[in-house]
Amino acid sequence: MDLAIEWDQVHALLGENGAGKTTLMNVAYGLVRPDSGTILVDGNPVVIHGPQDAIRLGIGMVHQHFMLIPPLTVAENVILGHETVRAGGFVDQRAAEREVRDLSQRYGLEVDPRARIEGLPVGIQQRVEILKSLYRGARILILDEPTAVLTPLEVADTITVMRRGKVEATTRPSETNPAGLARLMVGRPVLLRVDKAPARPQRPVLELDHLVVHDDRRRVAVDGVALSVHAGEIVGIAGVEGNGQNELAEAIAGLRPDRGGRVLLDGQDVTRATTRHVLHGGLGFIPADRHRMGLVLEHSVSDNLVLSTFDRAPFARWIIRRFEAVLEYAQRLIKQFDIRAESPSQPAGSLSGGNQQKVVAARELGRQPRALLASQPTRGLDVGSIEFIHRQIVDQRDAGLAVLLISSELDEILSLADRVAVMYRGRIVAILEGDAIDRERIGLLMAGAA
Amino acid sequence: MTWRRLFRPAAVALAAQPILSIVCGFAVAGLAVLASGADPVQAFSALFQGAFTNPRAFTETMIATLPYIFLGLAVALGFKAGLFNIGAEGQFYLGAVFGVFIGYSVQGLPGIVHVPLALLAGMLGGFLWAAIPGIIKARTGAHEVIITIMLNYVAFQLTDFLINNRGPLADKTSSAPRTPFIQHAAQLPILIPGTRLHAGLFVALVAIPVVWFLLSRTTVGFQIRTVGLNPSAARAAGISVGWTLVITMGISGALAGLAGADEVLGVSHFMPPSFSTGYGFDSIAVALLAKSNPWAILPAAFLFGAMRNGATFMQLQTQVSADLISIVQATVIIFIAAPAIIRWIFRLRHTPAAPVQLAKTDGGATI
Repeated sequence: MDLAIEWDQVHALLGENGAGKTTLMNVAYGLVRPDSGTILVDGNPVVIHGPQDAIRLGIGMVHQHFMLIPPLTVAENVILGHETVRAGGFVDQRAAEREVRDLSQRYGLEVDPRARIEGLPVGIQQRVEILKSLYRGARILILDEPTAVLTPLEVADTITVMRRGKVEATTRPSETNPAGLARLMVGRPVLLRVDKAPARPQRPVLELDHLVVHDDRRRVAVDGVALSVHAGEIVGIAGVEGNGQNELAEAIAGLRPDRGGRVLLDGQDVTRATTRHVLHGGLGFIPADRHRMGLVLEHSVSDNLVLSTFDRAPFARWIIRRFEAVLEYAQRLIKQFDIRAESPSQPAGSLSGGNQQKVVAARELGRQPRALLASQPTRGLDVGSIEFIHRQIVDQRDAGLAVLLISSELDEILSLADRVAVMYRGRIVAILEGDAIDRERIGLLMAGAA
Repeated sequence: MTWRRLFRPAAVALAAQPILSIVCGFAVAGLAVLASGADPVQAFSALFQGAFTNPRAFTETMIATLPYIFLGLAVALGFKAGLFNIGAEGQFYLGAVFGVFIGYSVQGLPGIVHVPLALLAGMLGGFLWAAIPGIIKARTGAHEVIITIMLNYVAFQLTDFLINNRGPLADKTSSAPRTPFIQHAAQLPILIPGTRLHAGLFVALVAIPVVWFLLSRTTVGFQIRTVGLNPSAARAAGISVGWTLVITMGISGALAGLAGADEVLGVSHFMPPSFSTGYGFDSIAVALLAKSNPWAILPAAFLFGAMRNGATFMQLQTQVSADLISIVQATVIIFIAAPAIIRWIFRLRHTPAAPVQLAKTDGGATI
């Protein structure tokens, strides 16, 4: 495997899950020792024994699963290990916050240095990770699965596609297109646009009536959102992460107290209902963070498939669980959703990311909900799994499901949504339909420029 | 659980670490004996005699094992929900108070009714006492470790108040501060004449499969384990995390209360001040040693019962302080909590298993 990265270049490394991207980058960051071969920085051979060596060489890495300490603030996380210590062993908080603020302004990575990590959406946490690397003097930045609004074609100067541990091709954005890249990654032609018939919307199923939601720091995060999702249509919420989408999703699912407005599910007021009530009232919920909220990784696949129905018939009689019923149901869903598991009793954490997400999707769609709230349903997944989950969502739409899709991947919104609502700073700034759905226009609206 | 399952390679690997931790615990304690100028071989053989081979030693070891079984199960159940119930000692007291009260105040019942009634009363006492920290944690996010520790002291003072010479539960005919003796019908029957071994043994042996069944076969147990493993996912799946915490604390407290009632009805037949001597605190170590597995509570509790029972004889015989067993217990727990040391000493292969989790930070206060 040969790879050369030039200064002042964004080099995208593409490949399916398991192609070896993360391993390769872990080698560069000193987390994995190469069996053979050399690494050169500025033409000089270097030996990287650990992250400390990498940092000294100016190599910074943002991991797929962030290495942040949730109860600490942004500033504390950034300076961790490189604190300015005042007399008496106290960390100079004020200086840290100032430095982090300067740094974030210099690079245009807007973030509040005093915010606690645990209350921040994933997109902002990623900015913090990048700031952390920059703070440590990174000259070479490795981003593992950054998955933001940016696609390789938009940002990369050079693209290297990996497959099964080898370089498949190195190309430039001007010389290729998404379908071509996908073909290189998977080794076969891939359907990028989801094939779907025009929507035939029916009665409204999920209605948001001037919903106001506060974030963990009690600031208004969702500011009077009014939106209705009809049976048989997919409404996409586009927006840069951190514009209130998470709070909106959590409020609908009953995980966050709503401060104003109403949520109607199938005509029923569920504004103050518990999550349990909302889920059993007909909402399917795919949370944005599948490791934290979607799955219990230590539980078996079958237990995860009944995570919200385990205490109902036929999966339980009084308080006794009925494992035959659970197993039978799990086997059916595993087949239907093409979950690649050795057995239903395998821990969910041992599945690949794509299959984990299929478990979440299978659980939520398997309950036959009337509305689906899908938040970042394909984040960090390989092309094959994305294709599959998109197919499922469209098929269920055709069967009369009302879908509210929240995604920061514009491509996902464009290929799935029948109507697009653009969210910016807690508000829906536009709802586009039909021919008005236009990539440039949505991009401008997302940036708050329209 | 069949024998074959018990000796699967996976099961052996799982048990290897606690067993090797015990070996190391005794080795360190042996060094301490050496350092104090005594002979560790003599000390440990006296400990063994006191625990097993002296007359009636074995049944006394069983009697000391019983509270450890109930209390070990209580603490282990809390661990499963990510809760660190340090309040088992206080819940033990409340269980004993409720048990002894029903035991002496209710009259004219046959034993077959009176004993279960008094045991249930003990469970109720423990349940209510433990539900308090459960509710406070669920409502305010306050950490259960702090609240349960504090409630231990409240429980000690409360029982002292109840049974002191003028207290509402005191025996007015006695000059010593204690409760009246329980009715004969409320006593747990003696199993072997001439010993103190009582029918509480059966209650304990039933409690283990019951807790196992609760955890692995019921919806409540699934809810407890789900909340313990990932409270955010539990919430997103519609499980009420608060209610689960309250119910877990309650059941945990009921088991601890059962230990107290069992001790009153089976051994002492009345309640003196300073009733328990650290059973509740030792049981945290029992649960850790058993890695919260209900079946493993039995051998762990037996080990602690034997050490407690043998320690006095060892001190008499060899002048080595009975506190030596605290050194064993403490070092065992250190080795349990730091599996890497055991792997390093014994060159074990690393099989990544779930770490022993003491307390989970789930948005509430952390310590």
